Amino acid sequence: MTIPGILGILVFTAAAVAIAKPVGLYLYAVFNGGRTWLDPVMRPLEKRIYRWTGVNPAQEMRWTQYFLALLAFNVVGFVFLYIFLRIQAGLPFNPQHLKDLGPHLSFNTAVSFMTNTNWQAYGGEFTMSYVSQTMLVVQQVLSPITGLAMVVAFIRGFTRKSGNSLGNFWVDLVRAVLWIMLPVSVISTLVLVALGTPQNWMPYVTAHPLQGGTQSIAQGPVASMTAPMQFGDNGGGYFNMNAGQPYEAASAASLMFQSLLGVSLPVGLTYYFGKAVKDTRQGWVILGAMVAMFLGGTFVTYHAEAAGNPLIHRLGLKGPNMEGKEVRFGPALSSLFETLTTAVSWGSTAAANDSLMPIGGMVPLFNMMSGEVIIGAWGVGLLGMLSFAILAVFLAGLMVGRTPEYLGKKIQSFEVKMAVLAMIVPTFVILGFTAWAVSSKGGQAGIYNPGPHGLSEVLYAYSSGVGNNGSAFGGLGAALPFYTWTVGLAMLFGRFAMYIPALAIAGSVINKKTVPPSAGTFPTNTWLFGVLLIGTVVIVGALVFFPALALGPLAEHFALWAGHVFGGGS
Amino acid sequence: MAAQIEVGRVHQESLVGPSIREAFRKLKPSWMAHNPVMFVVEIGSVLTTLDAIRYLALGDSRSFAFVLQIAIWLWLTVLFANFGEAMAEGRGQAQAAALRGARTDTMANRLVDGQTTVVAATALRKGDRVVVSAGEVIPSDGTVVEGAAAVDESAITGESAPVIRASGTDVDAVTGGTRVISDRIVVEITANPGETFLDRMIALIENAVRRKTPNEIALAILLAGLTLIFLVVVLSTEPLAVYSGHSVSLTILIALLVCLAPTTIGGLMSAIGIAGMNRLMQHNVLALSGRAIEAAGDVNSILLDKTGTLTVGNRMATEFLPVDGVDQKVVAEAALLSSLADETPEGRSVVRLAGEQYHLTRDRESLPGAEFQGFTAQTRMSGVDVEGRQIRKGAPDAVRAYLDAAQKPNGGRQLEAMVTAIGRQGGTPLVVADDRHGALGVIHLKDVVKPGIRQRLSDLKKAGIKTVMITGDNRVTAETIAREVGVDEFLAEATPEKKLEYIKREQSEGYLVAMVGDGTNDAPALAQADVAVAMSSGTQAAREAGNMVDLDSNPTKLLDIVEIGKQILITRGAMTTFSIANDVAKYFAIIPAMFVPIFPGLEALNIMHLTSPESAVLSAVIFNAIIIPLLIPLALRGVSYKPVSATTLLRNNLLIYGLGGLALPFVGIKLIDLLVTALHLVVLHG
Repeated sequence: MTIPGILGILVFTAAAVAIAKPVGLYLYAVFNGGRTWLDPVMRPLEKRIYRWTGVNPAQEMRWTQYFLALLAFNVVGFVFLYIFLRIQAGLPFNPQHLKDLGPHLSFNTAVSFMTNTNWQAYGGEFTMSYVSQTMLVVQQVLSPITGLAMVVAFIRGFTRKSGNSLGNFWVDLVRAVLWIMLPVSVISTLVLVALGTPQNWMPYVTAHPLQGGTQSIAQGPVASMTAPMQFGDNGGGYFNMNAGQPYEAASAASLMFQSLLGVSLPVGLTYYFGKAVKDTRQGWVILGAMVAMFLGGTFVTYHAEAAGNPLIHRLGLKGPNMEGKEVRFGPALSSLFETLTTAVSWGSTAAANDSLMPIGGMVPLFNMMSGEVIIGAWGVGLLGMLSFAILAVFLAGLMVGRTPEYLGKKIQSFEVKMAVLAMIVPTFVILGFTAWAVSSKGGQAGIYNPGPHGLSEVLYAYSSGVGNNGSAFGGLGAALPFYTWTVGLAMLFGRFAMYIPALAIAGSVINKKTVPPSAGTFPTNTWLFGVLLIGTVVIVGALVFFPALALGPLAEHFALWAGHVFGGGS
Repeated sequence: MAAQIEVGRVHQESLVGPSIREAFRKLKPSWMAHNPVMFVVEIGSVLTTLDAIRYLALGDSRSFAFVLQIAIWLWLTVLFANFGEAMAEGRGQAQAAALRGARTDTMANRLVDGQTTVVAATALRKGDRVVVSAGEVIPSDGTVVEGAAAVDESAITGESAPVIRASGTDVDAVTGGTRVISDRIVVEITANPGETFLDRMIALIENAVRRKTPNEIALAILLAGLTLIFLVVVLSTEPLAVYSGHSVSLTILIALLVCLAPTTIGGLMSAIGIAGMNRLMQHNVLALSGRAIEAAGDVNSILLDKTGTLTVGNRMATEFLPVDGVDQKVVAEAALLSSLADETPEGRSVVRLAGEQYHLTRDRESLPGAEFQGFTAQTRMSGVDVEGRQIRKGAPDAVRAYLDAAQKPNGGRQLEAMVTAIGRQGGTPLVVADDRHGALGVIHLKDVVKPGIRQRLSDLKKAGIKTVMITGDNRVTAETIAREVGVDEFLAEATPEKKLEYIKREQSEGYLVAMVGDGTNDAPALAQADVAVAMSSGTQAAREAGNMVDLDSNPTKLLDIVEIGKQILITRGAMTTFSIANDVAKYFAIIPAMFVPIFPGLEALNIMHLTSPESAVLSAVIFNAIIIPLLIPLALRGVSYKPVSATTLLRNNLLIYGLGGLALPFVGIKLIDLLVTALHLVVLHG
């Protein structure tokens, strides 16, 4: 590890924490009826949209109605995308004459972009026509918003003093698009273009490199896809290599900008949360716990990568592990980006995760297994963290001699049941599907590396799916029907099996009286609660994967340092 | 308290034998199924036992010895948990047996149209009237509708002094099983057989109607959820291990499951609840539902009656104030002499104060020939005529009228100012005078705060509980006392309607309210309150409306009840945290043991340096089992509770049970491993 590397990581983290408040205040203005500088343009547009669509913005929804609206919206998005992918060859804007996608891959991709996972079982530039890429952008714009709407509705459950409704999904959706997604995407597209990312509709360029032969250089509307992709924590990159491709991340500055863009809304939401519950310390404690776990993970990865590969050292080549890394970024920035991609759940990658050191690869895996709560994507990260907070409050809250309360609402059997349900999903899906994959022919056929590394690849695929992350470890036959379908199901479970319990909690607590805080109230706005929260995430959320991690990355790590390797690739 | 006091002395040792038998009886699957966590352990015990038998049949003596030991410790885990529960229940059952003695086969004189017929007590129904005469046992719960009697209630309350029960008063409720010792009363029965106070009490103690409280249900869901997660973890481990090259034996998988499952809290949860109820019973409080005890821990506001709870029953003399030109001792002496015939508590307090301040001790015998006048409601004065001197003491206006009639100086403005000042401070003034000098001075009577009550109220405040004083006094008087005892709020000139309204308002703001009541007019407020403690001396209506009954009729006990409620919740929370924190060490014991045969490098995870895979697994299982009996005393006694703020409480308990729960098993498992190694209980190499 080098001083500039460590400083770079710390400076980035400080910047991420610094933008939490301004972003949070803006979100608060958007969702709680405040004034913003965009109002003169967007208000008339908003009214017109309601008139066209027949939405009554004053109509409030109970949690079940809110969920059904959200589900309907997602299903429509899925169906449209699926159809477009199946018939792309017959549609215009296809200069490379790319073929239709098959049913397996279309299902997998449509689910992936609907759930904000953006798992790509394909390589973008040689699979998707410009129309399809644009349709993917539409989903990248819309799918994060469902997560955002969810957490906004959830917070309303804890803050509203009367009634039993959580707001209007269509209003939340429209406001998130007009005030947040569109303006930020437009501005950051321009920034990316300025930093060197192409934006055009021209055919790929054929180059003649010095060593002979030809090379096809892909281009297209890259910046306009990358901006909402990063901002929305989607991760469905234009190129197969994502940010590792020079056109997607043209420089280290561009990569840092994209990273901050990706982290901005999730950190802002924690401040929004504190502001909404009228105690900003509640938000800072959540963010503090997230950042502590994030920094811990980043330095573990960086340490592992900087230490390098002992087998290569033996050949006399000292230095960090550079396999699979973009030389422009090096170990520090790559470690930061790979931890971020799984922490913030944007899922785009700047380095090949498959080539990380075993411990370096375990950190991203751990981030996703924890339920993507270490910062997390739009809404869902905070939502998962708040579910953990409810569990933490219930586990330890009894120790102050009262029925546990969170934000003044009593946590009783229904809330515990729902929080446990949300917590069970990742365990069941990751461990269940992994066990199935490694013990079935269909699954084994896609494991291209033997031994513990292969297991890590499978674990990573399902963790990425259920965490709606979308990054891939690689080395796995993700396009095989077995994986397109099981990872597709994992994405669906991860999205909806977590949504329903969370909304149900909001629907339940909104009917409960708010107990005013007193000296007898369990404090959830102190650093002590932050420690408790981290303990709960690690012990209850992540340690259940200890046996699996022991057989995967840990086994590989100890073997590697003992000089043992597990055969070649098949 | 014949029954209860004896039970309080029941030594734990005498319960051990029966509890061990009970622990085995509870192994019945139909019983175990109530507790999913321990049921999983029991299934694990059966499977490992079968596995051991299989190894025996195969003649693999090394595996047999190991698996058998695991099986034994798993069975012990279940038995220890059952034993804890049986110990808690055993205490209650001893109490119930003592109470059952009071429920004899009584006969009753049923009154129908003026005629009595003898019927069995069990034939009585609600609305029947019975005649009970001196020496007879009251056959069932009821209300006295005619007459008054002294009743011996020791069978229920343990209090041997008889109490008066009279129709048309606030003390008209009688309890079946108590004995009339004088007079004759007519009682209207208010409970059907099987529903009487005594029946309910026995049933409650015997645990027959003990339902899980809301917090217990929520915790049980969490524990079941965790167990389910660990089940999936263990089930998926096998295919992952097979993929990695080696199968893991059934016994080790079960050992992992049992160690990870929250067996400590799962095994002791019901014991904690039962023990809490018993602790309340030892305070002579009968909770009619477990829910009420839990609510007591949650209470945000406590309504306390001023008289009897915060202050001793009556006002007492605290000061002698002379008018100008009179010595204080003269006032004290006159006050003493004039109060010798005053038998009211106030009068006696004057005598006591004079004795305390001036060592004046006189009694009626020391004044031969004196003519005493007792205090009456008509004269509102008491006094004495001795050696030609008439001394009087009484209400200011009564004494002034007396002095004016005798044409003696009535103290004028100065006395008036003294009287007003005492009134403004919330006290009651009594004027002392004689027929020679006129007004001598004033006695200051005031409410006397019960010893220690200030401290307890400030403790409650630290725990975040608001205290509210209820009094019929006017605002001024109420405010003085309120400030003196240190309550947060007070409700002056309180009527039953005002109380009810106050409770409803507090509840609408999200607070839980506790109160104590005894009279019929308290019933609506009791029914509305979340924790309502009825005095057992109170009316039937109050007892029906409350969700707890205090057999000692001591209103201050509400404070104990709140503390016991909190203690139960804290104990449950502490053991849950402890149980889950324990998992970290157990992972580090079992996972290397499980996988080292596949990947020798994972030996690095054996940070405790346990001797061998087999000794590691056995040590973890033994630790998991013996932690339960080690914690039984704590479960029965409850985690110690001091009234401090939630922040401090959380920090302390998190330090002890959270951090302790993380660290202790590392030490414990290592020590057990050393022992297992020293005794060569398992094969120690490869």
